[in-house]
Amino acid sequence: MTTAGDMLGGRSDTAAPAAIELRGISKAFGAVQANRDISLAVPKGTIHGIIGENGAGKSTLMSILYGFYKPDQGQILVGGQPISISDSQTAIRAGIGMVFQHFKLVQNFTVLENIILGVEDGALLRPSLSKARGVLKRLAAEYQLNVDPDEVVENLSVGHQQRVEILKALYRQADILILDEPTGVLTPAEADHLFRILQGLRDEGKTIILITHKLREIMEITDNVSVMRRGEMVASVKTAETSPEQLAELMVGRKVLLNVDKQPARPQAPVLEVRGLTMVDVDGVERLRGIDLDIRAGEILGIAGVSGNGQTQLLEILGGYPEKGAKVGGTVRMNDAALPLSGSGCDAGQRRRDGVGHIPEDRQVEGLIMDFTAWENVAFGWQDAPEFNKGWLMDNDAIRRDAQAKMERFDVRPRDCHLAARNFSGGNQQKIVVAREIERNPDLLLIGQPTRGVDIGAIEFIHKQIVALRDAGKAILLVSVELDEILALSDRVAVMFDGRIMGERLPGQTTTGELGLLMAGITDTRNVPDDAGIPPGTAMPGATQGAH
Amino acid sequence: MDKMPKWADVILTPLISLVLAMGISALVILAIGESPWMALTTMVQGALGSSYGWGFTLYYATNFIFTGLAVMVAYHAALFNIGGEGQAAMGGLGVALVLLFLPLPHWAIALPVAMLGAAAFGAAWAFIPAILQAKRGSHIVITTIMFNFIAAATLNYVLVNQLRPTGSMDPASARFPEATNLPALTDIAAGLGFEWGRNTPVNVTFLVALAACFLIWVLIWRTRLGYQIRAFGKSEPGAVYAGINPVRITVIAMMISGGLAGMMAINNVMGESERLVLNAVEGAGFIGIAVALMGRNHPLGILLAALLFGFLYQGGGELALWTTIPRELIIVIQALVILFTGALDNMVRMPLERLFLTMKRTSRGAVK
Repeated sequence: MTTAGDMLGGRSDTAAPAAIELRGISKAFGAVQANRDISLAVPKGTIHGIIGENGAGKSTLMSILYGFYKPDQGQILVGGQPISISDSQTAIRAGIGMVFQHFKLVQNFTVLENIILGVEDGALLRPSLSKARGVLKRLAAEYQLNVDPDEVVENLSVGHQQRVEILKALYRQADILILDEPTGVLTPAEADHLFRILQGLRDEGKTIILITHKLREIMEITDNVSVMRRGEMVASVKTAETSPEQLAELMVGRKVLLNVDKQPARPQAPVLEVRGLTMVDVDGVERLRGIDLDIRAGEILGIAGVSGNGQTQLLEILGGYPEKGAKVGGTVRMNDAALPLSGSGCDAGQRRRDGVGHIPEDRQVEGLIMDFTAWENVAFGWQDAPEFNKGWLMDNDAIRRDAQAKMERFDVRPRDCHLAARNFSGGNQQKIVVAREIERNPDLLLIGQPTRGVDIGAIEFIHKQIVALRDAGKAILLVSVELDEILALSDRVAVMFDGRIMGERLPGQTTTGELGLLMAGITDTRNVPDDAGIPPGTAMPGATQGAH
Repeated sequence: MDKMPKWADVILTPLISLVLAMGISALVILAIGESPWMALTTMVQGALGSSYGWGFTLYYATNFIFTGLAVMVAYHAALFNIGGEGQAAMGGLGVALVLLFLPLPHWAIALPVAMLGAAAFGAAWAFIPAILQAKRGSHIVITTIMFNFIAAATLNYVLVNQLRPTGSMDPASARFPEATNLPALTDIAAGLGFEWGRNTPVNVTFLVALAACFLIWVLIWRTRLGYQIRAFGKSEPGAVYAGINPVRITVIAMMISGGLAGMMAINNVMGESERLVLNAVEGAGFIGIAVALMGRNHPLGILLAALLFGFLYQGGGELALWTTIPRELIIVIQALVILFTGALDNMVRMPLERLFLTMKRTSRGAVK
């Protein structure tokens, strides 16, 4: 393999200039060096992966390419010509298109209206719309980008919304397409379809830059891959000449265990029994349509599914805080006692006293108070615990001691409990939450997206802790949109779609393909169309609104 | 994350804002043909140059401490209580009712009872907007400001129709019993054998205000309730996750806030006028917002900011008395201070932050 210096200097052997080339790009925010002397050359007509942990500087680099930030140093060349990208308009004119992780679409506009937004030809919309309709038809035929131009965006599935984003870029005549974590919200089938689209675009001579943290995608689709670590480009290699293990090692800077090392589960008595759980939210939308689940002591039940299919509601209800105004039905029994699902007994504090721990899906909104110090966050949710209180006052010394010890055991860095939570990296923030919830030794631990936005090193550690808790005979409910994570950790996998459990599988006896179909709401797995992302005409409920 | 040192954040920034406000005030004074220097010396002399001036400055500051603390407690729960004016007015009614209708033999007994009355009325006045916010989502900014008007109208009615002694033409209550009059600080000084602040309204309530600063600090940063209030204020979904009841915290924080605003009445109603008059609050409820903003929602900052605004009030009065600068201009000066220290805080803070960061970087570079 080659290192950054050799191959990325920008001197490609071929005569044709690189589609896009960076030379010595540096960018600092205050004292933080987000990008340091980055050089990169992406040949025309290739798919180039950029991989790196959170905070490695990938997003900063892409923002520079799209004109959101100005680099402190360095040069950008498009098609061999040096240009200065001062804003997104310049980037678009230079043929750079961007598909963001969070789509920038007007939800109640049609596809066509979204596509011409910002590039209308005149004061009247009709000519632009009819022109766009023609272009769209051609693009759709050329690249399998089928979307109904007159459908309102909010009725489209997430996968189709993403296609609209790609179409937007192509309509603006982008030759270089940058996609930021494009598969985060897609089912595996939708992701496969996206990859086919991207390959088609590449074969037509477009250049694609794919930013991701998923090694599998890099291996599957890219031609070349560059690895970023702590603001630097540490390597750039041909994908065919590398392996996931090697890339992971480059990203983290040390050897990483990609597979979770665990013994078969030895489940015991049932801890949680959920029967016919339903939930109708304040707007009258049915979020849960009769969930039945059992979790026994000493096992991990994984819930797979595209986000927005009721997982959030399930976790909140079990955690004791159903959404305001929601109607909850059914029964939940824990250790043979019914848990109240509404009214005064149903609050998160009581659930904790009943032995339910909860690592929430969104650590920044729920799991932590970002402006609180690490030690204050260690008491968060457990502020009533007797060891944290001394009569009228909180025993801040005791909390600080506890925090310091937990940070020690969970290797939270920096090891400074007086630092505000927002000043820790995503992985270290999550370690604080995990430490707080796991060390209470709960009978049932609810976990939502344990490793979202967490770097690989921390993922490995958090996974180990979860398995250790299982081996200590505790029941664990794991919700994750990362299928790999579900398969690696779970002893049983249940798939959720549209507020229902579509089926349960054993991780060793299923495939991502089968689970992917269940995630898309298709139970009949024998006879499946090729583009099986979504049954035509049905929007994925909830998926567009998101959980919060 | 690099930040500028804490002292720069807490002291330098408001100080620069203050200097800027003073600079523009000076230009305004110049523009109307007066001498800014003379104005400044008049204000300083009048407010801080004698124990008489201090007596008034501290009296005003006492009012502002209570209303500032009121805004602060609500702020930590992410509630913007701008109803301090009405809550303080109702607190006055509470004080008046207690002192007029309960036989209280001595001020030392009357003080805690009146404090309870003031706090209860202020808290009750804040309770209604709080419960509307918590249960119905009626925005607290709207409801508290409406409750200011309702309080003023209610007080008007009560004073004119109920509490006004028969035959009096003045819309004010009867005088409170002599025994309940609070000792002025000047009396206390005389008791200790020196003369200080004769004929000034500052009274023992100032000491109560100092104690309140400390107690509120303990409440917010040392008790579980304070922890819950702050957590709720930073993130409501987070609070719900942590088992903190949003309705309960909203109501409790607002009632503490209203109670504090109400307690201002023991200074102006019980301590100074010794009867309930119309419009006794005189805008102190609104000044409390500026005080809390400038004091960065910390009791120590609020104490300092309250002293500053006490100085502006007293110094402004002196200015109107001794110079030809019109009274309205004093309000302009006060408004400029509020504008710069409160609303335009970031205008000073952000360049300052940048300056500190570059200084840090160059000094680090020099070490290399």
